[in-house]
Amino acid sequence: MLEMILISSAKVIAVILAVLTGCAYATYMERKVVAYMQHRIGPSYAGPYGLLQPLADAVKLAFKEDIVPDGVERITYAIAPIASFVPAMLIFAVVPFSSDFTFFGYDIPGVISDLNIGVLYVLAMTSLGIYGIVLAGWSSPSKYSLMGGIRSSAQMISYEISYGLSIVGILIIGNSLSLTDIVSQQASESWLFFGNWYIVKQPLGFLLYLVCAIAETNRAPFDLPEAESELVGGYHTEYSSMRFSMFFIAEYAYMIGVATVGTTLFLGGWNGPFLPPIVWFVIKVFMFMFFYIWLRATFPRFRYDQLMQFGWKVLFPLALLNTMGTAAWVVLFG
Amino acid sequence: MTIDYTIFLISAAVAVFGATMMIMQRNPVASVLYLIVSLVAQAVVYVQLGAIFMGAILIVVYAGAILVLFLFVIMLLNLRANPELSAGMPTLSWFTRTAVPVLLIVELYFVIDRVMLPSAPTGMLGEVEDNFGAVHDVAIKMFTDYLYPMQLTGVLLLVAVVGAVVIARRETAEPRKTAVNPGDKAEKPSNTVAG
Repeated sequence: MLEMILISSAKVIAVILAVLTGCAYATYMERKVVAYMQHRIGPSYAGPYGLLQPLADAVKLAFKEDIVPDGVERITYAIAPIASFVPAMLIFAVVPFSSDFTFFGYDIPGVISDLNIGVLYVLAMTSLGIYGIVLAGWSSPSKYSLMGGIRSSAQMISYEISYGLSIVGILIIGNSLSLTDIVSQQASESWLFFGNWYIVKQPLGFLLYLVCAIAETNRAPFDLPEAESELVGGYHTEYSSMRFSMFFIAEYAYMIGVATVGTTLFLGGWNGPFLPPIVWFVIKVFMFMFFYIWLRATFPRFRYDQLMQFGWKVLFPLALLNTMGTAAWVVLFG
Repeated sequence: MTIDYTIFLISAAVAVFGATMMIMQRNPVASVLYLIVSLVAQAVVYVQLGAIFMGAILIVVYAGAILVLFLFVIMLLNLRANPELSAGMPTLSWFTRTAVPVLLIVELYFVIDRVMLPSAPTGMLGEVEDNFGAVHDVAIKMFTDYLYPMQLTGVLLLVAVVGAVVIARRETAEPRKTAVNPGDKAEKPSNTVAG
């Protein structure tokens, strides 16, 4: 019993540390990649190639003055960053990051908790993440924050449906809600190592997942809740210091979260030849993140009504079509 | 006292606390937040009973979607905590203030006493099947025994949605005159020809 608790705690701590480091270096990666895409150099002073930049940023943010503006709803204002941060971190509890491995003679499963409703759990956590943004917008005495909060709640409600439906195809084929099961279904012994990945069987589902995940995480080109050209900073306009950085970390943790879940669902998780599972997993997540940043550097922001139209009139019918098509396929040929 | 029992006591207490606080707030946003607290605690109770699917759905649908919609409406109408609500209230006499709650509590006691809730089956948690409340079993039940109620509920919800659209549409029955862009009008004829 004690052994089990110790192993689990160690895994939790390791995953949290990995995710936080990942968040820090995702900011570095974003700045560097976007810089090169725009023919700039990006951060280059702190350490070799600017590699210590995230550390410098963290120190800077931690030492900033924590300003609470007049007229905020104090309790909600204090809760909001936490409500944004916690669900983002909780996603990683069910993501299988590696196959089971042995460590100093102990057999350790490569996932913190193999929930048999893992997919639902992920959906629940992503949908809870919206509260941080909404509450931040509500509690700040600022029009920009309120606008950002309203936009984000409307956006996330709209895209969450398509986000959930884009996964249903996999559930119909795989017949399981456990992420560990879904990964093991995608394993393949043949030379065509990606033949069983769900991206092959569910290409439309994958595209829908990709688009909806970007909208769910409020990333460009769907970053209307924090559109800096019209809303200053959106929901976090009135936040400073560590509270601001919690929103910032939460946003990147969400990005990594949907990237890991997308990897698990569509790209075969940790499956892959030659390299150890964890390396494959990191490579795939990295590709996901790169794609995100690439999109940000490529596309301009949508207008708000375009975003809503796109969500309800394009993505939602396509997601329904994908679900029905997959169901029909499984019934007729499966 | 087992761990299960302790967790149940805590989550049940939190659920009741959240529900009570929800109706005692003047600030609508605080009400919604307490309701979320209550829902999460209820989800814990469901999960403990083995109804994992119900627990997850409670979070996804209620906490994740419906209450976000509530918050959205509250924010859109910009309802803040209203101090006038309490300030301008006509004060009740001490008799009404004490007699009505006492009456209600006595009534509640008699109702509970008369109805005689069935006593809980012995050995509660142990006798449930292993996969009770798992997604697979719920789905089987939903699409065999309860197929018609399920489908009818769907129709009912659809009617509600259509009704909501009709009510919302009535006020702006006239066609909108404003074009989004000045360029839109010029482009329209060519669009209709092409389409």
